[in-house]
Amino acid sequence: MPAHGRKPVTLAWWLPFLAAILAVATWGCGGAAESNILIASTTSTYDSGLFDVLLPAFTADNPGYTVRVNAVGTGEALELGRRCDADVLLVHAPEAEEQFVAAGYGIERHPIMYNDFVIVGPGSDPAGIAGGQDAAAAFGEIAAAGAGFMSRGDDSGTHKKEQKIWAAAGVDPAGDWYHVTGQGMGATLRAAAEKAAYTLTDRGTFLSMRGNLPGLVILVEGDPLLFNQYGAIAVNPENCPQVNVEGAQAFISWLESDAGQQVIGDFGREQYGRSLFVPDAGSGGPR
Amino acid sequence: MIRETFSQALSMLAGDPQVWEIILRSLVVSGTAVLSAALVGIPLGLLLGLSRFRGRGAVVTLVNTGMALPPVVVGLFVYLLLSRSGPLGSLGLLYTKQAMVAAQLVMALPFVLGITVTGIGSVPRELLMQARSLGAGRLQVALLALREARALVMLALVAGMGRVIAEVGAVMMVGGNFRGETQVMTTAIMEEVRKGNYSLGLALGLILLTIALAANTLMMRLKPGRLPV
Repeated sequence: MPAHGRKPVTLAWWLPFLAAILAVATWGCGGAAESNILIASTTSTYDSGLFDVLLPAFTADNPGYTVRVNAVGTGEALELGRRCDADVLLVHAPEAEEQFVAAGYGIERHPIMYNDFVIVGPGSDPAGIAGGQDAAAAFGEIAAAGAGFMSRGDDSGTHKKEQKIWAAAGVDPAGDWYHVTGQGMGATLRAAAEKAAYTLTDRGTFLSMRGNLPGLVILVEGDPLLFNQYGAIAVNPENCPQVNVEGAQAFISWLESDAGQQVIGDFGREQYGRSLFVPDAGSGGPR
Repeated sequence: MIRETFSQALSMLAGDPQVWEIILRSLVVSGTAVLSAALVGIPLGLLLGLSRFRGRGAVVTLVNTGMALPPVVVGLFVYLLLSRSGPLGSLGLLYTKQAMVAAQLVMALPFVLGITVTGIGSVPRELLMQARSLGAGRLQVALLALREARALVMLALVAGMGRVIAEVGAVMMVGGNFRGETQVMTTAIMEEVRKGNYSLGLALGLILLTIALAANTLMMRLKPGRLPV
């Protein structure tokens, strides 16, 4: 070791370390007096790009708010609400949302909009389901034909919907035709395209990825069973005194207002030629 | 695909100031975590490397096991601490860069500590005993050992940095991947992959790799002495 005769490690060596730590300790501490709203939502909603138009429109109408979105799984979003780490939830799991409110974690559930799921598959359509409007019948035919099907298997809202349709079809999906990816919508669609298999997807994700999914086409759509209702819930300050309940209520009121509903209904028209989300505040919406 | 990735990476670097912001944030968050780990880990590593006590082997084994901590588990642990309903919730640190630094510090510390102990252990005992017999105090002996082992200590910092800047599970969980606030390279890659933008994810990955290459090249030039092979 050729170390002898060099100058020893001195205090000066540590100074940059100290400076860096001080810099970060004070970094971002100069918070202004504005009202911060923290939304917990699902990755599929976030990845659709809806928040990119929703949030600027909200803050333009309501200056003084900053809004941040945490994109997580449905189950995690509800858990974040229970632990007070969100002010508003915007999720799509009506039964779980009602339980959440009934248990006192949320104030009230407000229906905001819905989008829909579609059954996609290879253009060759080995199970012969193209053009149908009955999701359960289509699933029955896929199972009867033993045609490949990709399931997310991740307990997401989409996976729960898929299980509901299998139940409606009276099929217990299992066998070498039924594949579980355990991953998100994008990865599952990719797998379906690679394996020329069927899968259930929300329309928004499919449309935004269509260019990367050779051979996959929409085969079944329009069944009310495929509708996917979104609700907004303000986290209950009785359970979580720290939440920004005023900001949460302001955001939900705006989502329900004509202005908010208009922004939701317009989203996606330009890019895909149709709305990705159908506003339905106040109507209760389809299930 | 490869050519597309390269050109996409270049055009992002050229035309998207947000990408630079994300790169800078990644470097500052992970850099601070590693420097903090160094401040704690190097003195502790010296202590652990030079002293002999009962159970020392067990402590070293524990530290080395810490290198295998899964990032998501570290993230979950730090999240539960910083959650508004957690013990440190009143600090309001969840979803901040400080929370991300804390999580990465937990991940970097076992690397810095473990490799420093190994480095100190490889310094010839005779050299240290000679220094003692020549009248060196405890602190002087420790500094001598640190100087002898500095190549491995430097390696410890590089390895720690490599681990934390490439990790996504913990920063996603405690940072929230908020655009313009807590989004770093890995969480941005994760988001693009989730959306199905594989080539964009690859392009960001290429940029991250290039930064790592540049950093390591710089380290090799600065490195005061050869690695004991």
